[in-house]
Amino acid sequence: MAAIEVRGLVKRYGDLEAVAGIDLTVLEGEVFALLGPNGAGKTTTVEILEGYRERTSGDVSVLGYDPGDPPREFRERIGIVLQETSVEPELTVAEALDIYGAIYPRRRPTGELIELVGLTDKRDDRVKTLSGGQRRRLELALGIVGDPDLIFLDEPTTGFDPSARRQAWTVIENLRGLGKTILLTTHYMDEAQHLSDRVAVIARGRIIAAGTPETIGGRADAKTMIRFRVAGVALDSLPLVPVRLDGGFVEIESSDPTRDLYTLTRWALDNEIELEDLVVDRPSLEDIYLQLTDDEVTA
Amino acid sequence: MTGRPSTLRLLWVQTVYQSKLFWRNPVSAFFTLAFPVMIFVVFSLVFGNEKIPYLEITVAQYYAPSLAVFAAVSATYTNLAITTSYQRDLGILKRIRGTPLPAWVYMGGKIISATYIAFIGIVIMIGVGVAFYGLNVYGRTMPAAILTFLVGSFAFSALGLFISAVAPSGQAATAVANATLLPLAFFSGIFIIPAEDSPTWLRLVGDFFPLKHFNDAFFAAFDPQRTDAAFEGGHLAYMVLWGVIAAALAIRWFTWEPTVGGSTTRRRRAARVPT
Repeated sequence: MAAIEVRGLVKRYGDLEAVAGIDLTVLEGEVFALLGPNGAGKTTTVEILEGYRERTSGDVSVLGYDPGDPPREFRERIGIVLQETSVEPELTVAEALDIYGAIYPRRRPTGELIELVGLTDKRDDRVKTLSGGQRRRLELALGIVGDPDLIFLDEPTTGFDPSARRQAWTVIENLRGLGKTILLTTHYMDEAQHLSDRVAVIARGRIIAAGTPETIGGRADAKTMIRFRVAGVALDSLPLVPVRLDGGFVEIESSDPTRDLYTLTRWALDNEIELEDLVVDRPSLEDIYLQLTDDEVTA
Repeated sequence: MTGRPSTLRLLWVQTVYQSKLFWRNPVSAFFTLAFPVMIFVVFSLVFGNEKIPYLEITVAQYYAPSLAVFAAVSATYTNLAITTSYQRDLGILKRIRGTPLPAWVYMGGKIISATYIAFIGIVIMIGVGVAFYGLNVYGRTMPAAILTFLVGSFAFSALGLFISAVAPSGQAATAVANATLLPLAFFSGIFIIPAEDSPTWLRLVGDFFPLKHFNDAFFAAFDPQRTDAAFEGGHLAYMVLWGVIAAALAIRWFTWEPTVGGSTTRRRRAARVPT
């Protein structure tokens, strides 16, 4: 079953086509990440799905509802964590969760939410005294206060320190464990890689690549890069042909890294050569993302 | 879906929530509730509590109800205009919009809370008048006073929400609310008792806007020369007209999202987004 089904979505602001024909399917229980540079149409797309913005054309179904004209049930079943929203600074953490929770038919207990996002110590503190990361975690808690089936997370961990981010990831993983569907936007590739089942890259209002984090943009077929530094060795004595030489660094592309590494290290040991700073690497999601969005910008 | 909270409960939760926010902002609580009392005390010190010559009533008998009206209008018009606009700037309204809370329940909670605070303001003012300045209160006119208060609170709540609908930011709403209420308070007989020979244009301005009608209708209930129940149907109807028009325009023009470029908050947020 699809939680979100989008066909031919277009949004125009005057002459500007912010979203230029997007097709998208997010399955129930899936964590789906939308990646893309600012101004690519990410937020516009998400805000149409959330019911904040009307679309110019296209078919959109979210949990079976049309978000352009949603009944109250629609908002009872979704949870939204936006960047541009905030909570009354004068409320305490617990009060905010109580007040927003009271709006929903199925609500998660305040104490449980506070524990889930790690704000137990801040329970009775005013929102205005929280740090940026703590506020963001409160927003995350508010996003799930109504026990939603589908959760929209717009850059959920921007501004978090590494340990807060790990905590947030754990929260999101727990939500997935409960069978929730999650649509995520993020600037962090490690976040997309860590959390999502599938990713799509948006640029200039179109989806330019989609797939799992492992396979997107031909990542699965990409060659392994072996990189090291050697000193005082004639390069033509290398057992493999380098693709690039750069300031003493040697880069070798390999489609059979097990065999090639063996060849290389045997050669190095036989000749008593040290392979300094040896790295074996495959293109990261970030490399693929930068390559995809760069192609698009320079195209 | 089962277990959806009843509308009445939602309205109650929203009212309590908005009232709580009011008390947690000491500056606005002071200006709404204490400021009118201060003006009243100052006026009584300056003018004494003599009989006003051509009205044949004491200074307190005139100013206590007038400044009670001023407190009620501050609690409704000024407060709703300013807080709602700031809530929009901060993205609080946008968050509310993303929840299943019906818009009218949210606004209803705001209006009921504002009316409740206006009621406290009126009670304080009348209480001070009775306790320390010999203000006469008549049981016979209390139904009219309460009805006038309710109609006035509705009209000025609607006007406050109308200001928040047209003001691009919280700062703008603050300026507009204060720059309209204070001059009108002079034209409407709240700060100055209109002289018998005041210029016609001044009287026309006062007659056009609803504040004078609120003041006149409320004062009627405290007028020692009245012997009837002091219902002022004409004034009330005129306030209802203003309220209905303001509410209709507020509903038509209201936005839940921060205005792009309309506030510094929004610009700062936009600047922070990583590229």
